[in-house]
Amino acid sequence: MIMNEEGKKEQTVSGNELGQDSTPTKPTLKEKVGKKEASASIGKGTFEEEISRRSFFSWLTIAWITFSIATGAFFTMILRFMFPNVLFEPPQSFKVGYPKDYTVGQVDVRWKRKHGIWMVRNPEYIYALSTICTHLGCTPNWLLNEQKFKCPCHGSGFRKSGINFEGPAPRPLERFKILLADDGRILVDKTKIFQYEKGQWNDPESYLVV
Amino acid sequence: MMEGFKLLVNTLAHPTIMLTAGMLVFLFFFPPNDWFEKWNRRLHLNFLWTKKGFYFVIILMVVFFLIGLTDPNFSLIIKKPDNVPIIGLIFFVFIFLWISMSQALKNDKLIDAGEKPEEYNDPEDKVLVWPDLVYIEFIALILCMSLLLIWSIGLDAPLEGPANPADSPNPSKAPWYFLGLQEMLVYFDPWLAGVVFPSLILFGLMSIPFLDTNPKGGGYYSYKQRRLAIPIFLFGWMILWVALIVIGTFLRGPNWNFFGPFEFWDLHKLVPLTNINLSEIIYIKWFSVGLPENILVREIFGFLIVFGYFLLLPPLLAKTAFKKLHQNLGNFKFGLFIFLLLFMLSLPIKMYLRWLFNLKYLIAIPEFFFNI
Repeated sequence: MIMNEEGKKEQTVSGNELGQDSTPTKPTLKEKVGKKEASASIGKGTFEEEISRRSFFSWLTIAWITFSIATGAFFTMILRFMFPNVLFEPPQSFKVGYPKDYTVGQVDVRWKRKHGIWMVRNPEYIYALSTICTHLGCTPNWLLNEQKFKCPCHGSGFRKSGINFEGPAPRPLERFKILLADDGRILVDKTKIFQYEKGQWNDPESYLVV
Repeated sequence: MMEGFKLLVNTLAHPTIMLTAGMLVFLFFFPPNDWFEKWNRRLHLNFLWTKKGFYFVIILMVVFFLIGLTDPNFSLIIKKPDNVPIIGLIFFVFIFLWISMSQALKNDKLIDAGEKPEEYNDPEDKVLVWPDLVYIEFIALILCMSLLLIWSIGLDAPLEGPANPADSPNPSKAPWYFLGLQEMLVYFDPWLAGVVFPSLILFGLMSIPFLDTNPKGGGYYSYKQRRLAIPIFLFGWMILWVALIVIGTFLRGPNWNFFGPFEFWDLHKLVPLTNINLSEIIYIKWFSVGLPENILVREIFGFLIVFGYFLLLPPLLAKTAFKKLHQNLGNFKFGLFIFLLLFMLSLPIKMYLRWLFNLKYLIAIPEFFFNI
């Protein structure tokens, strides 16, 4: 029935739009349906009860208040979910062996998986580089042949120093606080970060002179 | 012979060549003005939208993928369960484009001859919702279900080992429908490519009914009557979305380097690449002075370019290329239209700046996470 009415409407409109009289030779949709005599009507049920304007609005208010409470409770639970009761995280400061374990000019990838750092030793000092790409947080790989860190996600490249030089990474890798513990081993503290673009790599805490 | 063919494809597949060629060819196949249309007719490019053209392209694509199956490198990419939808996508995008374009050209001919478009003359084409349309939908539903069932039984989901934040797969690819976004992320700072651009894509699509006030072409296919709307939409869809997905799928390998389709995915492929910011090019390369301390002085050229692009180009285009459109739309609608268009075009512009000049960012202020 609905389809019938719409079909008819479209037919007349289209005829007018193109400036031609709408006398199609083939049977129109209306005629076709008319033969089948589809006469069921929708939306003509009898609503005898009167709903006053006032009661309609009070029902509407109750409905909205209930909806708001339910939604509010839902989002509160989601917010609560963001703060888990227990958080399993590797320790933020840890020891990574003696300075003599590191060879000059080499990038040590031993601690990448466990602690998320690369230890790099150059002729003067040792520093701990973060393994988190400054673009979107993937973990780059150390490519020995090219002597660079290369991120597999969007191709950001970093030099051994951590300076970004290719791809989209906006800033260099971060360095962590590094110091010599009392037992002669190196202690890395990941809670304190040093950013090159803020000039923090000159901070004596960001490297360990050997 | 075969080696030569593969070498040729590998060379042509480099995005600089492929995308440039793609964009040029695109304008001739979907001519936005009289000049391109003249050449379109002269080169008989509408052959593509005939039945012969359809079979020609389909056979060409099938042959290409069959050759690909014989190649050890390309077959690895084709057969990867992840990539099956994209091969389907390549075919389906063409098929649907062909259906609409061939119908549009048929209608254009009818309209030129002073007749109604085909859609109006065919009441047989209309079906009743019940039972005809519901039956068709039901059959389509069953076919889709059985296809998905067979697909899921035949091809295993490409699952990997447990997630480990310290170990990103190489290459790390987004789901196939996001590969276009991932490609954008290579050229822009995350807040632009990940937030601003996707929002503007949605916003731009939503604003189409508001901006496109052309009353013609409603309810029937036609190319001639929508010569601006169709190329602009198809450019965004075919080149900036589908083509980027194809690039991301077939041409991006380990360390997110470009590889030809028949090229071995060498983990140690050496790509000499050093991206530099505009400020570094100007101050260090051209002026041979160090970067100024003051951030605004340092990035002034980038700001000039970006502001010039968005503030000077719109009035200029309103007076020249889009003069008629500006008169039709009025200042506000035209401003919105040209802003969205310029934003869309900034993506390929930035890609070319990266490929040709190794330009990293026009404005680079990492101190405030502000890079353009």
